[in-house]
Amino acid sequence: MPSKLNTYFKAQTNAAPLAVFRIGFGVMMLASIIRFWSYGWIEKLYIEPKFHFSYYGFEFIKPIGNYTYLIFIICGLSAAFIALGLKYRIAIITFFLSFTYIELMDKTTYLNHYYFISVLSLLMCFLPASAYFSLDAIIRKKQYHQIPKWTIDAIKLLLGIVYVYAGLAKINSDWLFKAMPLKIWLPSKYDLPFIGDNILQQEWFHIAMSWSGMLYDLSIPFLLLYKRTRVFAFVLVVFFHIFTRVLFPIGMFPYVMIVGTLIFFDAKVHERLLEVFRKLFKFLKLKYVKLETSTYSFSNQNIILPILGLFFAIQLLLPFRYMLYPNELFWTEEGYRFSWRVMLMEKAGYAEFKIVDAKKGQSFSVNNSDFLTPFQEKQMSTQPDFILEYAKYLEQHLKAQGHENIEIYVDSYVALNGRSSERYIDPKVDLLKQTESFKPKNWILPFKDEIKGL
Amino acid sequence: MIKKALILLAIVFVAAACSSSDEGPGTTNDNFDRTALLTNLADNIIVPALENFQTKLSDLDVARGNFINDINESNLNLLSDAWLEAYKAWQHIEMFNIGEAETQGGSAKGFVVFFNIYPVTVSEIENGAASGVYDLNSANYHDAQGFPALDFLIHGVAVSDTNPIEKFTTNANAIGYIDYMTNVQSQMNSKFSAIINDWQNTYRDIFVANLASSSTGSFSKIVNDFVFYYEAGLRRNKVGIPAGNFSNMPLPEKVEAFYKKDVSKILALEAMNAVVDFFNGRSFDNSTNGEGFANYLDYLERSELKTAIIDQFNTARQKIEVLDNNFYQQVNTDNTKMTEAYDALQMAVVLLKVDMMGAFQVSLDPGYQDNDGD
Repeated sequence: MPSKLNTYFKAQTNAAPLAVFRIGFGVMMLASIIRFWSYGWIEKLYIEPKFHFSYYGFEFIKPIGNYTYLIFIICGLSAAFIALGLKYRIAIITFFLSFTYIELMDKTTYLNHYYFISVLSLLMCFLPASAYFSLDAIIRKKQYHQIPKWTIDAIKLLLGIVYVYAGLAKINSDWLFKAMPLKIWLPSKYDLPFIGDNILQQEWFHIAMSWSGMLYDLSIPFLLLYKRTRVFAFVLVVFFHIFTRVLFPIGMFPYVMIVGTLIFFDAKVHERLLEVFRKLFKFLKLKYVKLETSTYSFSNQNIILPILGLFFAIQLLLPFRYMLYPNELFWTEEGYRFSWRVMLMEKAGYAEFKIVDAKKGQSFSVNNSDFLTPFQEKQMSTQPDFILEYAKYLEQHLKAQGHENIEIYVDSYVALNGRSSERYIDPKVDLLKQTESFKPKNWILPFKDEIKGL
Repeated sequence: MIKKALILLAIVFVAAACSSSDEGPGTTNDNFDRTALLTNLADNIIVPALENFQTKLSDLDVARGNFINDINESNLNLLSDAWLEAYKAWQHIEMFNIGEAETQGGSAKGFVVFFNIYPVTVSEIENGAASGVYDLNSANYHDAQGFPALDFLIHGVAVSDTNPIEKFTTNANAIGYIDYMTNVQSQMNSKFSAIINDWQNTYRDIFVANLASSSTGSFSKIVNDFVFYYEAGLRRNKVGIPAGNFSNMPLPEKVEAFYKKDVSKILALEAMNAVVDFFNGRSFDNSTNGEGFANYLDYLERSELKTAIIDQFNTARQKIEVLDNNFYQQVNTDNTKMTEAYDALQMAVVLLKVDMMGAFQVSLDPGYQDNDGD
């Protein structure tokens, strides 16, 4: 067995798939940044709000006023450098750091897609993605047509984890048997041409969508792995992601996944793609440089492999951390993020905070829109860690105004997947006496129903 | 096996995506007819309410003219009556911050800033009457115009006066007060004509035709306006703020119609009626029940939610009915009843904002953003 592993980690393969992946990734990320900027979201999400919600342990990462634009410029530029394969190692590390910084600035904007990009770019820091078909190769007058096989497999593995875990998360009673939340979402797209006012309104269709979504996620990595089913699987990938793009506002993610899954194809396909690129840039009349071709080998593979081993162990285990918490995951959201639970919940909430002056016995309610943007308020009202952090922020604000002996209580209601709203947080608990930690939050009231499943 | 299943699913997908409406819209019985909903709201509720307000506003203008031509106690009382009638009519339209009404105000509060920002800042009126210098279009004067400003002018007492009529007769700034009143009235007239003209000429059709499911669609906008009005205009401003729910202590001087005083309950009940009728799709003239939020909830199989909302509206109405006609008085003598009314109103906010908006899939945030639903 060890020798088998040894042979595997020594095996070489054509570098073209990784080169194409690198180019696709760089172009997509550059487009993402430009798109994000052009919609005015930097201003709206990071400059305008008075207050930002932090990830536990990363409270020091905040937007830096107008300099926040600089981070986006750095991120966009490094994406361009990645696409070109210019100073790749520095570019990908810069991209990972700047992109992750952006994501950590405010957890209001947390999306699985963004987390996926962070994780993927971290992995890419360790891969020789500019070995072939890159400006780096031209500069060093040397290209590596052969790279270790495991470097490409690592990306396939990560993509596989994302799909399979997303599929596993769909095996729950709300998704499969109640067709929730698709049953709420799909009928509201009644103005879509052709399908909006008929098929999207049908319950059998909601259930078919739920089941096929689950089966799709669970099987697609395997169908992509085998040559005989690969083309069919890719057609499915394209169809599925375009279809979800039409139905939901999910931004660049479908395109990232479509381009990403190309990595499963043979080197031949990628060589042909690279040939297309070469022809596209023929007009530049670049002098053809004859590059020395050799085989890439890591000088430090013995260090990198254990690091990546740890990386994948975390990827495999982290999504299951929710099992350490009591109560219903969808309700408490303890261990919900970073676990590829995508499009599984329709949650709406209402949280009104009551400030009590313990000594004077006076109290008053807070108008949340004085402090939060509508988007922040929406996210805050359904997630306990947001509720706690906001209460602490209110405390700071009130103390600065000279208030003393204050207690903060919340009157909050949440509706999950079409159920009637229920009281969410214990209204008798002074939030200021609670602290954020990885421990279960016993001030969340229990869920009054049951969702069976993983 | 899996492969076959997937091929089958793929066929389902493709068929789903490609099948066009073979029955055609409108012929299916199980699809909620949004055109009928918007048509009912526009033709039987919104436009009639606006037309009713137009009549009452012009009655108010006539009463004001008569008073200025012949300043006496009896004309002042007639003016006060006309003011109350118009103020009651206003309670039926404050929630329609849509179309020209939304554009006029320029902010989230929309056209309300020209009609009903209270408490009124008396010093602005006093200074304006004394100096003749003020700009009712400036945001600084939002709290010095509309019904609250007229309330002060008609019922309140200016510096050095002992009774309301003195400010138009013996006061050194009498001419200034008369001018101020005239200017407030013409501001209301001109702002409102723009709004009703827009509805009558173009906006009614635009409103009914905009079936988009996005946040710019008429349905999404009107749901947002309705819930916002219920939460802020009715619950917070009329009851919550005076009762002290948003401050360290009760603030009775922040009641609506503070200077007239004994009409706060009348105005609150008018607003409550407007809200309930709109929710039920009941026509403004009270003659028919059409498509409204209530039967949309039925269509969505959320009848239990519809019933819960209607019950909570009834509870809130009962809690308002036991209050003193004069909320200022109520807050000062027995604020508990006032906070009970607030709590009853509040319970419906949860049902409307969390449950109903969730069922309708209407986004609270007007801005589009990426989302993966988690």
